[in-house]
Amino acid sequence: MENRLTVSSSPHIRSTETTQKIMRDVTIALLPAAAFGVYNFGLRALAILVLSILTAIVTEAACQKIRKQPITIDDFSAVVTGLLLGMNLPSTVPFWIPIVGSIFAIAVVKQAFGGLGHNFINPALAARALLVASWPVEMTTWTAVTPDATSTATVLGIIKEGLDVPMPSLLDTIIGTIGGCIGETSALLLLLGGLFLIYRGIISIRIPGIYIGTVAILTLLMSGFDVQVTLFHIFSGGLILGAFFMATDYASSPITIKGQVIYAVGLGLLTTIIRFYGGYPEGVSYSILLMNVAAPLIDKYTKPRLFGGAK
Amino acid sequence: MGLLSFKGGIHPPHAKKSTEHLAIVDFKAPKVVEIPMRQHIGAPCEPIVKKGDAVLVGQLIGAAGGFVSANVHSSVSGTVLDVKKQTTAYGLDTVVIIDNDERYELSDTVKPKPDFMTLSGKEIIDIIKEAGIVGMGGAGFPTHVKLSPPPEKPIDTIVLNGAECEPYLTCDHRIMLEEPDLIIKGLQILMRSLNVPNGVVGIESNKPDAIERMKIAAKNTTIKVVGLKTKYPQGAEKQLIYACTNREIPSGGLPMDIGVVVSNVATALTIGNLFETGLPLIERVCTVTGKGIKSPKNIRFRVGTPLKALIEFCDGYNGTPGKILLGGPMMGVAQFTDTLPAMKNTSGILVFQEDEAKLPEASACIKCGKCVVTCPIGLQPIQISAYAILHEYDKAAQFNALDCIECGSCSFICPAKRPLLQSIRVAKREILAKKRK
Repeated sequence: MENRLTVSSSPHIRSTETTQKIMRDVTIALLPAAAFGVYNFGLRALAILVLSILTAIVTEAACQKIRKQPITIDDFSAVVTGLLLGMNLPSTVPFWIPIVGSIFAIAVVKQAFGGLGHNFINPALAARALLVASWPVEMTTWTAVTPDATSTATVLGIIKEGLDVPMPSLLDTIIGTIGGCIGETSALLLLLGGLFLIYRGIISIRIPGIYIGTVAILTLLMSGFDVQVTLFHIFSGGLILGAFFMATDYASSPITIKGQVIYAVGLGLLTTIIRFYGGYPEGVSYSILLMNVAAPLIDKYTKPRLFGGAK
Repeated sequence: MGLLSFKGGIHPPHAKKSTEHLAIVDFKAPKVVEIPMRQHIGAPCEPIVKKGDAVLVGQLIGAAGGFVSANVHSSVSGTVLDVKKQTTAYGLDTVVIIDNDERYELSDTVKPKPDFMTLSGKEIIDIIKEAGIVGMGGAGFPTHVKLSPPPEKPIDTIVLNGAECEPYLTCDHRIMLEEPDLIIKGLQILMRSLNVPNGVVGIESNKPDAIERMKIAAKNTTIKVVGLKTKYPQGAEKQLIYACTNREIPSGGLPMDIGVVVSNVATALTIGNLFETGLPLIERVCTVTGKGIKSPKNIRFRVGTPLKALIEFCDGYNGTPGKILLGGPMMGVAQFTDTLPAMKNTSGILVFQEDEAKLPEASACIKCGKCVVTCPIGLQPIQISAYAILHEYDKAAQFNALDCIECGSCSFICPAKRPLLQSIRVAKREILAKKRK
């Protein structure tokens, strides 16, 4: 019997949380908004989501095979990346767009830098940025929600350009029956998903709360306390999706609490500046990418206070 | 008043249900006890008995091998069978093996002590030193050394640790329920020994009955009994002192640097009992528990009882044991055999079944930062561990690796199941080795 006793370093018990469970929960949290996107934009949206997820999984497995690493597609992390990318695409893009995007996200942004946990920017957002820069027309053709599914401008686009087209109501914006990317329109369902992740302890309210709060305060100030415009800024566009699901990406956000606060304020500042003064009507993805790059530096200067160290 | 606590920490499953309501049962020592000459931090004792000697309960059999050392006494009466090197939980040590005559005749040195209020601090500390009292929470640090701070470090508070934050263990809980008066007496003796005005007992809120009993026992004294938030590592020295006194031990410092001495409730009980009956530290209570034990119990045993005898007293193993721990699951030490003697600092014998003993497979760090938020010392285990794996120990030192209290919260919480603490331990060892050069 004695030879069979395990002798190992303490602690001898571990929490039941695993990487797989975390990624699975993130997937679950995204599903309602994704499903609503399919309801909104039709089966074409579903096809894009499926293509983007499948490509992500296949690319991950292929890269790991080439790198002679254990294949870890069962950890759901590629699923999350593929799903996020798909949700960040308009439903009208050609079918090769999600394929190119997912390959870039997984092969270049994630695996080339070392795989899970080593991507210094959010893979889905980096892929989206690549697609917008390379195929701007395909990537910014928005479909209005049925019945006649014609081309339209987004809410932020209308505000920014001062277009003379009818604005959707605030209620439609919150529920999500408006134009936009497949998975970004329903602020309500995304919020629900975000709250689920907070409840499960997978993300903290810190980054999304401070990010959205900063955007809200700055927008209020810049719009001369126009509550209506501020609410549109919060609930339309990619802010809710970005704040809860992409800015909180573990690998590309700071690990210290102080660092996360600085990061989130920076996100809010950049997003508002781009929205008001930049060339694009929307600034969520570029803000997150920029702050992703700053995260290691922020971590370096925000070491937590050592117990018994200087106050 | 709300519950006192600290920043960070984790909430492991308590796993105390199977023994917390079980009264302490006495285990008469087996036919043979094996008493190690080193059951404490510091120099081993010199055996002062030899093969064939007759010994009595409470008789000195091992004399302290220096100031930082603690006397060892016989826990039974009988004949010395042998004095030889044998494996103990501390390694290969000299062990006095005694054939128990089961008469439990007391040595004439065992007699009640005078009223402690009539004694000076020095006299009290000498009695404690003579009785071989060590920290019974697990570390086994000689108590008389703790009570002898240099004169430039005045002590004003004694904190008694009744947190018992380790999952599974319930022995401290039970003694607080069953012998609260002796524990309070022990604390008063400790306070008297250093002429200290403040005494605080900190108990985790998952033991409300113990808090209540201890409060009643402390009623006509100046001692405060406080409820602490149930959170691991609430009973770690730094976290306990912070919760009870709002003082922080400076980085690299000791409790005496902030005027505090910490002791365990089990140690206080032994001291209270020592003054009441004269018995030195020859018995204690431990929890024998875990899924791998048929009938878990809280057992009062005589020092030197083989682990195996205590396990058999609990109706033996439940299935094939996979892991045997001395202490709790967070900081306990895994043993390779059950033929070791239980010692002064054995607070728990925890047996895992084979499936519980399986080590999780580590996967890639996902940089979730949970170890950083969790670390009760404010370290970044993720960074120290990463540098340790790369053998960059200087960088690990810059991230204050030496401040790690080895509570294991980081390894516990890690979703990628990385052995964070294990690699930090390696870094600490390497950093210390380099310092010594």
